[in-house]
Amino acid sequence: MTSILLVAELDEQDEINQSTLQAIAAANGLIDAVVTVAIVGEAPSSANTLAVEKVVTLAEVSVVDEGIYDQATADISKLVASTSPEVVIFGKSDFGSVVGARLAFRSDSAFAGDCIEISNRGDDFSVTRPVYGGSALAEFDIVSNPAIITLRSGAYEASNETGSPSVEAFDSGVTVGHAASVTGTVAEPREGVRLEDANFVVSGGRGLGGPEPFSVLTELANALGGAVGASRAACDAGWIDHSHQVGLTGKSVSPDVYIAVGISGASQHMAGCSSSRAIVAINKDADSNIFKEARFGIVGDWEKVLPSFLATVRELRA
Amino acid sequence: MTVRIVVLAKQVPDPETPPSQFKIDESTNSVIPPNGVPPVVNGFDLNAVEAALLIRDSGADVEITVMSVGSNFVMDTMKKPLAMGADRLVLVDDSGLDNIDSAGTVKVLAAVIQKNGPYDLILGGRQASDWDQAHVTLGLSEVLGLPLVSLVQKLELNGDSVSLQRVIPDGYQTITAPLPSVLTITNELGEPRYPNLRGIMQASRKKPETFSLSDLGLSVHDLAPILKLKKLYIPESNKQVELIDGEDEADYGKKLALRLREEKLI
Repeated sequence: MTSILLVAELDEQDEINQSTLQAIAAANGLIDAVVTVAIVGEAPSSANTLAVEKVVTLAEVSVVDEGIYDQATADISKLVASTSPEVVIFGKSDFGSVVGARLAFRSDSAFAGDCIEISNRGDDFSVTRPVYGGSALAEFDIVSNPAIITLRSGAYEASNETGSPSVEAFDSGVTVGHAASVTGTVAEPREGVRLEDANFVVSGGRGLGGPEPFSVLTELANALGGAVGASRAACDAGWIDHSHQVGLTGKSVSPDVYIAVGISGASQHMAGCSSSRAIVAINKDADSNIFKEARFGIVGDWEKVLPSFLATVRELRA
Repeated sequence: MTVRIVVLAKQVPDPETPPSQFKIDESTNSVIPPNGVPPVVNGFDLNAVEAALLIRDSGADVEITVMSVGSNFVMDTMKKPLAMGADRLVLVDDSGLDNIDSAGTVKVLAAVIQKNGPYDLILGGRQASDWDQAHVTLGLSEVLGLPLVSLVQKLELNGDSVSLQRVIPDGYQTITAPLPSVLTITNELGEPRYPNLRGIMQASRKKPETFSLSDLGLSVHDLAPILKLKKLYIPESNKQVELIDGEDEADYGKKLALRLREEKLI
């Protein structure tokens, strides 16, 4: 038996999020897996039918923990100490990355972030994770108990399987004081569709040469009912706000069509868009890495390509 | 009062290395350094150096100490933070550090930080561009027992606390943290400054303060990896791009739209 603790996260509708459902599928794929899901916060009713052995709720984590995670780290540490799982899985969110790493150092365990594949045989547990910005893959054996990992979103497909887990509450009995405290939240207004939810994303990179061309990309995104993305180079140059950044350190998107304009396709960027159904590359440089990743490509000047593309899209969607 | 800031910095292969030059020696599971492309300081760590310099720019009296753990340091590379304006460079340089994991790195950093003396802030980049792990700085907060705030895009010193902006998906949080604290800095902070000539001259005269593992009372045995690298390889891409053809570039645009419609993608 391999006992696995999976720390769930909720989405904006307070439902179990997609990354968690994917992680459940990944965990159930391990040999002799017995999976417990820990839910931080109020458990939605759908938790009662998850395809796992047991659901544990940690409801006492207060709002002040948002972004600081001291209470969540303490609660999950206690839960790990009292249930001794062999593997602890988090999603690769900020929450998972921070709490997972802190838990690992608190319990002298190994931590592997952003895994795309996990497997076990006997007592051995192995993971594969992209390194060097995705240019290479590394396989690790984890020699610690527990092994603590975060799983990249989209690495596994969520399954529709359901189950009837036992459900219990866990009280760590610990209340931590927060040395650092959140004093406020500032929402930056967003126009149109959320980048992460968009079915079409039109992204621009260094090849655009300046901020102005993003208005053309916005026009195209609007015509498609999609959102505008950007490479880190374009954001760091100040051409567009960082909230549009797609990539390893930006947002992960998975639209039907990802149109990369003037983007060279560095692996750090591709890490944020590689789960798109189709990637379209428009770039003057035929040797750009983006053409190795794209399904459709145009070698040419975006200034000449986009107007006719936009006009035809409008005709087709009229 | 001098505010003592420690900035963690890592030497990494240049992430801008063209993919054609990125090669792996599978017998040693390591990256073959590309010819003529020197290593760089991890970009996010330079954001952390910049964060420390911005605190100085605001008028505070700060001492900025850059610390790094590794081997085969290239001094021109590692002196860049000094050229930007940092005061000191502390290196733990030991061939025994070649094959340690991040748990080992954290142990060594904690030891050298404690040997170096009192500190008020520890800053690190949000992630390293080689192993893409993002948890050395986080782990250090656990080992040193200090408050941690991740993804900081702005910071301002207020006496014995620091006011922070922490990036969240559609905006930011405002956070107050005490001194000392550990912070990870993200690139939203802004581009690191370029060293000016004066900075470069000053950096060239400065000598790094170098320690070996034994100077810190550590040995390789204390640092045996619990995360064991089994295989490092370049994944094969089997994607075949379909190039859109036509009379001219305007025609390419039209054909692309029609092709996407044919595939029922739009």
